[in-house]
Amino acid sequence: MTQATKQVRAFCLNGRAQEVLVADNVLLLDTLREALGLTGTKRGCDGGECGACTVLIDGTPRLACLTRTQECDGHGVETIEGLAENGRMSRLQRAFHERLGTQCGYCTPGMVMAADGLLRRNPDPSVAEIRAALAGNICRCTGYVKIIEAIQDAARGAP
Amino acid sequence: MTAMRNTREVVGQPTPLIDGIEKVTGQAKYTADLPAAGALVGRILRSPFSHARILAIDTSAARALPGVHAVVTGDDCAFTYGVLPIAMNEYPLAREIVRYRGEPVAAVAAEDEATAAEAMRLIRLEVEELPAYYTAEAARAPDAVPLHANKPGNIERAVHHRFGDVEAGFAAADLVREQVYRCAEIAHGQMELNGALVAYDTARDHLTIWSTTQVPYYVHLMLARCLDMDMSRIRVVKPFVGGGFGARVETLNFEIIAALLARAAGGRVRLLLSREETFLTHRGRPETEVRLKLGMTRAGRLTACACEVVQRGGAYAGYGIVTILYAGSLLQGLYDIPAIAYDGWRVYANLPPCGAMRGHGSVDVRFAFEALLDSMAGEAGLDPFAVRRQNLLSAPTETQNGLRVESYGLGECLDWVERASGWTARRGRLEPGRGLGMACSHYVSGAAKPIHWTGEPHAVVHLRLDFDGGITLLTGAADIGQGSSTVMAQAAAEVLGIRLDRVRVVAADSMLTPKDNGSYSSRVTFMVGNATIDAARALRAQLLAAAAEPLGVPADTIECEHETFRHIGDDGPGLPFADVARAALAREGGAITAKGSFTCPVEFQGGKHKGGAVGSTMGFSYAAQVVEVAVDIDTGMVTVEQVWVAQDCGFAINPLAVEGQMQGAVWMGMGQAIGEETRYERGLALHGSLLDYRVPSIVESPPIALHIVESIDPNGPFGAKEASEGALAGFLPALVNAIADAIGLRLETLPVTPDRLLEALAVRRREQRLARELAREQTHAQEGVA
Repeated sequence: MTQATKQVRAFCLNGRAQEVLVADNVLLLDTLREALGLTGTKRGCDGGECGACTVLIDGTPRLACLTRTQECDGHGVETIEGLAENGRMSRLQRAFHERLGTQCGYCTPGMVMAADGLLRRNPDPSVAEIRAALAGNICRCTGYVKIIEAIQDAARGAP
Repeated sequence: MTAMRNTREVVGQPTPLIDGIEKVTGQAKYTADLPAAGALVGRILRSPFSHARILAIDTSAARALPGVHAVVTGDDCAFTYGVLPIAMNEYPLAREIVRYRGEPVAAVAAEDEATAAEAMRLIRLEVEELPAYYTAEAARAPDAVPLHANKPGNIERAVHHRFGDVEAGFAAADLVREQVYRCAEIAHGQMELNGALVAYDTARDHLTIWSTTQVPYYVHLMLARCLDMDMSRIRVVKPFVGGGFGARVETLNFEIIAALLARAAGGRVRLLLSREETFLTHRGRPETEVRLKLGMTRAGRLTACACEVVQRGGAYAGYGIVTILYAGSLLQGLYDIPAIAYDGWRVYANLPPCGAMRGHGSVDVRFAFEALLDSMAGEAGLDPFAVRRQNLLSAPTETQNGLRVESYGLGECLDWVERASGWTARRGRLEPGRGLGMACSHYVSGAAKPIHWTGEPHAVVHLRLDFDGGITLLTGAADIGQGSSTVMAQAAAEVLGIRLDRVRVVAADSMLTPKDNGSYSSRVTFMVGNATIDAARALRAQLLAAAAEPLGVPADTIECEHETFRHIGDDGPGLPFADVARAALAREGGAITAKGSFTCPVEFQGGKHKGGAVGSTMGFSYAAQVVEVAVDIDTGMVTVEQVWVAQDCGFAINPLAVEGQMQGAVWMGMGQAIGEETRYERGLALHGSLLDYRVPSIVESPPIALHIVESIDPNGPFGAKEASEGALAGFLPALVNAIADAIGLRLETLPVTPDRLLEALAVRRREQRLARELAREQTHAQEGVA
């Protein structure tokens, strides 16, 4: 197979400078998972169907399976691995854990990142606002009830 | 034997999952997340034909392509696989005949994705097409070619069961009604895609597989069979698994194919399926037609039931025989029905095989039953709750088909949902287009008779204690997100009187953990839970014996609470757990492994009739629910506004997880009821993405209020029964019953999509117009006569 020309792409990944040597049009999802070993970001579909690969780019939720790595050049990328500071779960992660916003856990990284993006722009969202923000993130286990509760808990600053 | 302590410190407490932190921080490793640097990329070539005789598969060009390390076809595996020993009729790669579009015919292992894709393009498949059947009706036609030579008429299994005097029952009824109900085929849609990583050690002839499975032991059995390997040369590991819902309760073709590729390549192969391929490997709930006839007295007492079920099972057996038996056996065990006739047909068709899905076999029949009962209640002028109460069982009892009911909290479930939903005050008084519907459902807590009869216990658990004072719980039970590892840890901690975080669970690694039959039929809490209690009691006995000497009192007068051993009734400082553990290790000769087991006694294993084991269980869970809908008759949109559900799970070992399971089950029922549907065009799957197969999003998912009923089952661990499946089936009929309440229209076909609802409304308008015209004509005629 002919190898496409690769270029160095530089972005801020989970608060740290990151350079990757990557061919054009390689999906961010593959770069994260295969090149950088950040497997917290999940693949749950064949492209743009499920939201399991949601990451934050400059603080905004984006699907890593619909984002080319080169688009991240010079931008800030955050994944689920970056949320816990010094190993401490963020308030949102703790709420998902304690309120059982996660069952099998497969949609959870994407769900948490989408919710984190929401809470950054709207610290006290209504249920309708939570529904609107997570409309593209499918969960097959919870019926979403405890996911909504977890986000509300985190927003209220519940311990 | 020391009695179970009355105060519950660990069980009964809402407990976050012991592996939840890994999930919310992204540290949890699922199969696709495991280190795979250097592993070959596996890909499957699938049949573009629904039914065809394979004349030749030319793989020479693919094999010659640089970077291709292995190509396998049906020639590389002459062994079938499947579920029931009597019905293993599927090859991992088709041999001679392909029977559905998407069936694997060849597979490649290559150095990268692009090479694998190119190799697939180079494989030539030459076939002679055969007639294909996409409906049960077509497959059963007199001149249809059998998919399997030994199954004329394409009937995989016909079941004919009679219990009680059915004719007398209908004769005694004041109201007899018959109706046909249809349910579309649906798929599990578990979020994690199917995949396997296989490492084959050529020098030692040893194979390790990490796979997305609910049944590591079954995978182990089928790999040994299909690769003709000694079982001791195989290791099956279940990493984190992203949901199952029954999709993974049998060995699937990709697991065997990945193993064949790894052996052929002499190395490691990672085979990850796409979402479309995961749908093609779905093993979901079959398209089902239910013809149901019920007899009822004026007071609402059921007198007889006759039920015919046809399931379109797809191209291979899988769990099919079990599914068609469940559909009949679980007509019973919910209500007291004096006489039941059941006729079921499981039919082969040229589509991907169906299998087990949450509520296995019972769901579509329960839909029909509760919908018809609701309709008849309305006709008789009875409240739907009153009709259910007329027909309650009284535990302990045994149903006519030999199912034992030892605990029965359905009455309490009914009371709660009736009250919580404001049923009495609100029903019939809601704004136009709004309605309330209710229904009941039940499910087994584990199939009481295992498929593979080996003479071993039905569940085994090991508890290990060593110098560090940690308790390691070793179980083959597969936690797939339902939280079984947490429940086991709680059960062990409770019996031992120790902190939950002293227990760590190692689950589902055949090299380390005792065999378990797997996570299906909601068996794990009940069976593995009881085995855990047994193991914990054995370990406790050793600890108490070690504490006896330093405490200077007999072992049977000692208890351990909050990690402190004391003479019962003594409130002194006692002995800390660490000291007693050290003493026990010295006394027992080093590291201790305590074993516990559980077996469902033979008297719980069902009736003596053929197929009588299916449906048998030691404990049924019971659920009742009320659904509130808003129906827009202009768009056909049905909005589920609210659900109230109560479930008798015996005892909630982890109430937090029970809530999550109940909500998830009700919601999954909602998906089937309002939108989910696989669709095929001449065998081509049209639903192979989550945009085409519409799982409900958070936007259309309602609040679900719930209540846990604890009937304390005499045989369950701490009284527990299942909590994950029983509430699902009730949603479907509750929804159509609510629609009937809202707009007076009874729907018999699922899912209730806007198209179907608008069509039904159009039919009703046409019928109403015809009825009006007819009435006018008659009036004119009478006036003419006058």
